[in-house]
Amino acid sequence: MSTLLEVSGVSVTFDGFRAINNLSFRIGTAEMRAIIGPNGAGKTTFMDIVTGKTKPDEGRILWGEKSLSLRGMSEARIAREGVGRKFQKPTVFEDQTVHENLVMALRNKRGPFAVLFYKPTAKDLARVEVLAAEIGLEDALWRKSGELSHGQKQWLEIGMLLAQEPRLLLVDEPAAGMTPAEREHTTNILVEAAKTRAVVVVEHDMEFVRRLNCKVTVLHEGAVLAEGRLDHVTANQDVIDVYLGR
Amino acid sequence: MKRLFLAGLAVLMTCTVALSQGAPMQDILQAHSALITKSSRTTISPAIAAISNSGLTQAQDILQAWQSKDIWQRRSDGLFFRAEETDSGSYQLFDPDTGKIIGEAAKSDLRQLKPNSGVRALIGTALVQFQLKDNDPARRLAALTSIERNPSSDSLLPLRASIDMEPDADLKAKKRRAERLLTIAYDTDEAARVAAIAEMSGDLGVDVRATLNPLLQTRTQVFAGVAPDGLNIARVLVPGKDIASQEAYRLLIASNLAPARIDQAEILATLSDHISDGKVGGIAVEDLNQPEARDRAYAALVSQGLARATPTGAEIEAQLAAHQIVEVYSEPSPVVTSAASEALEAILVNVGVNQTLDLILDGLSLASIYFLAAIGLAITFGVMGVINMAHGEFIMMGAYTGYVVQQIIPNHTVSILVAIPLAFAVTFAAGVAMERLVIRWLYNRPLETLLATFGISIALQQLAKNIFGTQARPLTSPAWLDGAWVLNDVVSISYIRIAIFILALIFLGVFLFIMRRTRLGLETRAVTQNPRMAASMGINPNRVNMLTFGLGSGIAGVAGVAIGLFAKVTSELGSDYIVQSFMTVVVGGVGNIWGTLAGAAMIGFLQKGIEWFNPSNTLAAQTFMIIFIIIFIQFRPRGIIALKGRAAGD
Amino acid sequence: MKNSFLMRNPSTLIFLTALAAFTIVVTLLSEAFGLGLISTSFVKTLGKTLCLGLVAVAMDLVWGYAGILSLGHFAFFGLGGYMIGMWLMYERTRDIVISSMADAPIPPTTDEITDAIGHQIFGVVGSSEFPLIWAFADSLTLQLVLVVVVPGALAFVFGWLAFRSRVAGVYLSILTQAMTLALSFYLFQNDSGLRGNNGLSGLQNLPGLEAVPQEVVSIWFLWASALALGLGYLLAAWIVSGKFGSVIRGIRDDEARVRFLGYSVEGYKLALFTLTACIAGIAGALYYPQAGIINPAEIAPIASIYLAVWVAIGGRGRLYGAVVGAGFVSLVSSWFTGGQAPDIPLGFYTIKWVDWWLIVLGLSFVLVTLFAPKGIAGLFDLVSDRKWPNRHGADLGPDAGALREREASE
Repeated sequence: MSTLLEVSGVSVTFDGFRAINNLSFRIGTAEMRAIIGPNGAGKTTFMDIVTGKTKPDEGRILWGEKSLSLRGMSEARIAREGVGRKFQKPTVFEDQTVHENLVMALRNKRGPFAVLFYKPTAKDLARVEVLAAEIGLEDALWRKSGELSHGQKQWLEIGMLLAQEPRLLLVDEPAAGMTPAEREHTTNILVEAAKTRAVVVVEHDMEFVRRLNCKVTVLHEGAVLAEGRLDHVTANQDVIDVYLGR
Repeated sequence: MKRLFLAGLAVLMTCTVALSQGAPMQDILQAHSALITKSSRTTISPAIAAISNSGLTQAQDILQAWQSKDIWQRRSDGLFFRAEETDSGSYQLFDPDTGKIIGEAAKSDLRQLKPNSGVRALIGTALVQFQLKDNDPARRLAALTSIERNPSSDSLLPLRASIDMEPDADLKAKKRRAERLLTIAYDTDEAARVAAIAEMSGDLGVDVRATLNPLLQTRTQVFAGVAPDGLNIARVLVPGKDIASQEAYRLLIASNLAPARIDQAEILATLSDHISDGKVGGIAVEDLNQPEARDRAYAALVSQGLARATPTGAEIEAQLAAHQIVEVYSEPSPVVTSAASEALEAILVNVGVNQTLDLILDGLSLASIYFLAAIGLAITFGVMGVINMAHGEFIMMGAYTGYVVQQIIPNHTVSILVAIPLAFAVTFAAGVAMERLVIRWLYNRPLETLLATFGISIALQQLAKNIFGTQARPLTSPAWLDGAWVLNDVVSISYIRIAIFILALIFLGVFLFIMRRTRLGLETRAVTQNPRMAASMGINPNRVNMLTFGLGSGIAGVAGVAIGLFAKVTSELGSDYIVQSFMTVVVGGVGNIWGTLAGAAMIGFLQKGIEWFNPSNTLAAQTFMIIFIIIFIQFRPRGIIALKGRAAGD
Repeated sequence: MKNSFLMRNPSTLIFLTALAAFTIVVTLLSEAFGLGLISTSFVKTLGKTLCLGLVAVAMDLVWGYAGILSLGHFAFFGLGGYMIGMWLMYERTRDIVISSMADAPIPPTTDEITDAIGHQIFGVVGSSEFPLIWAFADSLTLQLVLVVVVPGALAFVFGWLAFRSRVAGVYLSILTQAMTLALSFYLFQNDSGLRGNNGLSGLQNLPGLEAVPQEVVSIWFLWASALALGLGYLLAAWIVSGKFGSVIRGIRDDEARVRFLGYSVEGYKLALFTLTACIAGIAGALYYPQAGIINPAEIAPIASIYLAVWVAIGGRGRLYGAVVGAGFVSLVSSWFTGGQAPDIPLGFYTIKWVDWWLIVLGLSFVLVTLFAPKGIAGLFDLVSDRKWPNRHGADLGPDAGALREREASE
């Protein structure tokens, strides 16, 4: 399996505090990975670095078959390269309809002029319908997304992420605030997505991680502490000490 | 007959001897009697010189009496006396040598000497040497000052002679300096002048430059062929290079060395005088809106003898080649001029250094003004994150408070001391009221805060206009702040600016003390960083926000008193400072008092620096400064001193 | 297509109809073409108000929709006025100079004419040379192009610098205010080449049309202003109705999220900032010939603040709100400050509206910000029964920048 993202030797410091310390990480083109770790382990900062929000002090971030360097690219450029991100808190555009939210996320030209003269094609509209069905919002397409429930907003965000058709999905605590049935559905969508693309899930909920049934990376103090199957990792004494055993 | 003659001669001789033995001054006066009685500025000099150089102690009194028109000549024998009118209308006569009363005479027997003003001035100059040696130091100083004010060649020798006897060290130094300057200007000995110039080289005094500059004055002269030898030539002007050809030819015309050109107005007049049948010189009038057509028409008129010829370009070139244009020093000695220009250069370097120092002082004072204006914002905007566009109006309120206090308390020192706490109280109250009524509802909505405070700013400004009118109100500083601290002729700084600088330092100290050492500072920092956590620890965020905002506003009020002392107090006082204040905080780095300090320093020095390039245009300086800031923010978006990390927000 | 666009946006159709009706009514009541019930100066006031409405639409696009509180759009407005003013002043002075030189026995050369024009125009600032920026002043076409290009270029350069370094929110507002201040300082200088604080004057006289009376000219300008407002409104409505509008509203509400969707936020902001600056320039070019004079005081930061006040009072985030706000506030302002409003005697003090109007305006602005963030346009909701999403108490309106919202929640 070829490598999609390779992070090596990355460090970042905030005012003397090393949030990420010589971190190395790689993920294949179609792979599911869960990242766990205690608070302050650097999970969110790691995502910030990959998506370009935070500039690392040192290290390499290589992307795709051509080994493009993501360092120094803008967030938007990285997103266009195929990195999609879902935030911890659902962030959808509340003042706009579900339909508008999804159309905005659809994989199309992103330049101001292309967007200014954009007219949705039949294919685009069909895709929106399909996505809406997948996330269970087909009846809410013309409602303002601000009127949706918290869970529905989570769904909408996942739908927008899928509409982007990213090659790498970075998902931050997708199951927070969901009912058990919704978690089940979320798991299915993520597992389905991981068949064709790379998915990185940051999650606190061990049960959810277990259900994802994938390789796990444990972060601690900005570096990788352990990596492997969940059973394997949870048996690791270091991991038990810093995280599970607390 | 012969005996008689001899006897008469003997008598005359004894008489003369007696006179010269007993009355040397009368003697001198008699010797120059003709000159003295018919005095005129052009001829009187030998008489004055004879008196003043006589070495007689009574010379000064006589000169003074002469100057004040108190010398009278007795008609009967032609002798001169000082005379004073008595109550009876007759005149008491005083002997010029002894000064004793020797009798009285009726006015009709006397003739008054009436020196005209030119003569009196000459007498005054001669008197200087006596005054320079006067026993009263005040009179010596007055004499010196008068020499400095009206330097002349006559004063040089007396001044020089008086130096050695001068007992007062300070006065002696002053005399010496004046003597050096006079030597440069008037001494006949070239070497002495050059030595004096070398001695004064590098001196910053304006008087030195005023002495040296005339030496280097030049006049432009034109000579046919080459300039004659013996002139002290500063430089040769080459037409087309050092001087425009047009200008050079104009000089030739002015010196009557070349025929004048005929200007456009005259050509136009000539052409219109010779219009016949709609044509001039064979060319239709309507075609004359082309310059070439006009030239041809004029040439035609010239060839018909109807107009004067104007020199062609080639002729002008030839004329210029045949002449030399030179700048000639008025001072004939090349040694002196070269020494003077060297000395002046050294002085200018020194002046440059001192001007830089002066500029730094200016920048420092402007920086402290900006700092004062911005420090309140550093609290409300920097620490609390509340953007208050009415901050400038709080400054204005402080200034007006100072003005009102001065109307009630006439003593300026007391009124300022009262005004500062009162201004703090007034603006603190205004700030608290504003926080309670408006800003409290808009926390975390910065753009709405900005707009609402703009509304308040507009209203407050208009309110001030309604109350105090549109004209500027004076806020007078105490007398002990008048004047300036003068380092030398180049560097000086007014006391009021020093006071503002000190005030800025005090404010910085107060800010640091409140934020780092007091409960309020601690609570403020806690509330701004995490209001919910602070609240859970028993801090009342509402109260803290209110007090902190009041504090920032109060400091703005005090700054207003300080700014009002040197700026005009108008309703627009605040809006003049608001953009700069925000720039100061933003450029420095929000949330950091040292950043505000650095921002104020940068903006202050920068503005003074730009003004230095183009002193007449402070508007341009402000324009360029703002452009610079916009570009600066490109490179340091978070300001000079940036908070790093996640706390800074992305 | 256009029909369907208008059908989908009934407010646009209503607005355009109302604008057309307004224009026709004013024309019919004017001195030139109708009953003469409206004085020429009032027709000019109405025409100017339409231009203010257009610049308010631009402001609403950039602020109400994209969340960029620009305090520089009135500067762009003024620049547009200066550009057209240069041509008007140059041509008119040229006409005067040529007619005064026509009596001379020898016809003047072109250089002489240019010198005389320069002397006429710049004599007041002690100069007679034409500065470089007047190079195109003799060409109406080029100056019309500059009306759009100069504000656009300034906005582009400024916006490029500001957005590139991610200056946003209040910082951007302050920076735009600084830009406006710098521009007005520059224009106040005598050697700016634009006559310093004298500004450009006599702009109401159209060169070559001296024979046409001002009554007629004022109506022409009213028509032109109405047309420009209509077209500008249509353009703005079209922009905000599509995906572009979706994106810029997204930027307003959560800039970072839009960035992670792959849109270059800076590019969008820059495009919109520049476009609205061009619209502002056009509005200014139509406004100042009706005002007759332009000087740097018009560009001072306070003018841009008033523009924000109009849009806020009218109701931001809605195009008709901006127009209504600009029209309402500027007309009411001129009524109060023009001395037409009756004084109120209180016995001990007489309230003169000339003095007190600004205080009322400032305070009502505070009140609108606090209690009626939807502005006057909020009243239309009562009629149309428009629904607003329940935001669960978290106001994510145009003013709570994405940054702040996130910071507040952290």
